[in-house]
Amino acid sequence: MAARIANASRKLPVHLVLIFVAVLWMVPTLGLLLTSLMPTDIIGEQGWWNLVSEPSKATFENYSHLFDNNELTTALWVTVQVAVGNTLILVIVAALAGYAFAWLDFPGRDILFVGVIGLLVVPLQVALIPIFSLYNDTGLFDTVLGLMLFHVAFGMPFAIFLLRNFFIGIPKDILESARMDGASEMRIFFKLVLPLGLPAIASLAIFQFLWTWNDLIVALTFGRDTQPITVAIFSQLRQFGTNIELIAPASFVSLGIPLIVFLSFQRYFVQGLLAGSVK
Amino acid sequence: MASVSAVAPGATAPDPLGSGAGRWRRRAVNAFFLGPALVFLGVWLVYPTIRTIIRSFFDRAGSEFVFLDNYRSIFTNDTLLTAIKNNAIWVGVVPALVTAIGLIFAVMTERVSWSVAFKTVVFMPMAISLFAAGVIWHIMYEKSPEKGALNASIGVVRDAFTDDGVLKAANPSTPMLQGSAARGFVLQTPVSPGGSALLGLTAIPPAELPGGARQAATPSAADDAISGMVWRDFKPGGGQPGKVEAGELGIAGATVQLRDEVGKTLASRTTAADGGFVFQSVDPGSYRVAIASKTFAAPYEGTSWLGSKLITPAIMIAYIWVWAGFAMVVIAAGLSAISREVLEAARTDGATEWQVFRRVTVPMLAPVLSVVFITMLINVLKVFDIVLSVAPGSSQDDANVIALAMWRTSFGGVNDFGLGSAIAVFLFVLVIPALALNVRRFRREV
Repeated sequence: MAARIANASRKLPVHLVLIFVAVLWMVPTLGLLLTSLMPTDIIGEQGWWNLVSEPSKATFENYSHLFDNNELTTALWVTVQVAVGNTLILVIVAALAGYAFAWLDFPGRDILFVGVIGLLVVPLQVALIPIFSLYNDTGLFDTVLGLMLFHVAFGMPFAIFLLRNFFIGIPKDILESARMDGASEMRIFFKLVLPLGLPAIASLAIFQFLWTWNDLIVALTFGRDTQPITVAIFSQLRQFGTNIELIAPASFVSLGIPLIVFLSFQRYFVQGLLAGSVK
Repeated sequence: MASVSAVAPGATAPDPLGSGAGRWRRRAVNAFFLGPALVFLGVWLVYPTIRTIIRSFFDRAGSEFVFLDNYRSIFTNDTLLTAIKNNAIWVGVVPALVTAIGLIFAVMTERVSWSVAFKTVVFMPMAISLFAAGVIWHIMYEKSPEKGALNASIGVVRDAFTDDGVLKAANPSTPMLQGSAARGFVLQTPVSPGGSALLGLTAIPPAELPGGARQAATPSAADDAISGMVWRDFKPGGGQPGKVEAGELGIAGATVQLRDEVGKTLASRTTAADGGFVFQSVDPGSYRVAIASKTFAAPYEGTSWLGSKLITPAIMIAYIWVWAGFAMVVIAAGLSAISREVLEAARTDGATEWQVFRRVTVPMLAPVLSVVFITMLINVLKVFDIVLSVAPGSSQDDANVIALAMWRTSFGGVNDFGLGSAIAVFLFVLVIPALALNVRRFRREV
């Protein structure tokens, strides 16, 4: 008993430091939330912590104004389309390639795979100018499809890397016996590999969804009227201070959805992160 | 981590006849699986990379071959030099700091039962966009302590340790008193023991007069003392400067200093409710009397986090807030893979916790730490969004980084695709060492 108390008191500083850090880490996000709940007449005049002492002042009026704002709701819809659409395309295309790199035999396979890994570090800045011209020539500029395809391409090296490494862990016997039974590669892929690869595919999908939901630079370059929410907020931000009542709730909505996705699928997210970083 | 066998796993069923049809069929299958991915990589990554490299040798219009001129501009243009300098600071500071913070958090969470909750909280900013994180911190960094949480906290801490002066500001009522609120006001006429000093101030709004002020009156002084008063040398209707008149109030709580001829402070007193003060038992000689600047200590007006000097550190703090969780989670995973027995053995041998950490944990974590460090290095070289959102306005030039400079040069009004391409290639060259490390790591696994 005494030992346990001694142990607990020895750990007390650790607990206190961690609690302090945890609070510190939550305060900024909490600040944004409370700012977005402040009534229009005092937002931008007073600090958000005033709401803590007077919680009754909190109001959702900024949010209802936000959803009345056509520009921002359209932007939100564009974001949903881009994020969901590109994630679906990426998952399918990368799974096919990942399977090929893991279990199909063709000349130069390993070299090609190293080449794909090498593309992991191509900064997307390198592609902006040529793709800008290409999109202008092909009519993809300022379209949801244009944004989606760009994201798919830049998610591809990591996606192939992740899925190939996962697929190669599938026991060879399972695949061999399916082949013996005369199953086509296509059948094996859709009926065996995809279901078995679901955990890795889930990690990938969450990653890509968050990454593209949060994107700014691609949308800023290839969108003009087709604005995702980040760009819409950014154009408001340029006149910061005058329209915080719009920026705060919009920012909170824009981060609320990734936050929900993250909290619901945290396990997959962390798995994907570990697979991705411990290369 | 899946290990990769060097031998190609027997994939397709052997083609017993070796017929052309079987070969074509196999090629079609390969193309079906691999084709779409290769199209994406080819069109959106490989082709643009080559195009950008070629474009970087041409001028703004793209018609004239200028060879290395664009690259020369990178290192001569002031805006771009600032960007490179800032990015160098980022590289020097942030990866090391993020790795260190991640390590500390990971080791500390191992000791508590609520580590999952802690990790979730610290990791959460990772799900938020760097852009939104920038907005969040922009609100934190508001200059006015009334609005910005960070400056409000600094203000609270500061008030706990320093007293505000009794007055915000004032002007001397006669030219005999010289100086400023920041340096204090010195009476120009020397004073000897037995004499008195009248320190009149004006330009004090009635609302700012210290509470409980009474009619000003000079205390009578002994021969070996210097007395005097600090008062508001103004009354409704005006009054005569330099003379104490009825209706003029003393200033209580002002700090008065007795200085020698060279300006060294010998003693200090605080004025009474009628503004009077006395320095007792002063040696014979000639002295100066001054109102100390402490009297005018202005309230905290806020640190300018978003101003040109602090903007880069301010953005770094926001960035570290986002990425510390990543470092912590990856390092914690590495930590849990370290065998308990090794740590226990070290403890049994009498190693202190610090020695265990320094000599066992850290060396065993070295591969993981280097992964985190290199990942952060690449991220930091490409930092972009958060700079835009923390510094959307005029301080952007001071906060500039390479990726942002590339974007602004190409699309932000200047629209110089030649120089923009050169900056992009420059950025690419900077991340190539990281590429080499990644490929080598992969090769080792194969």
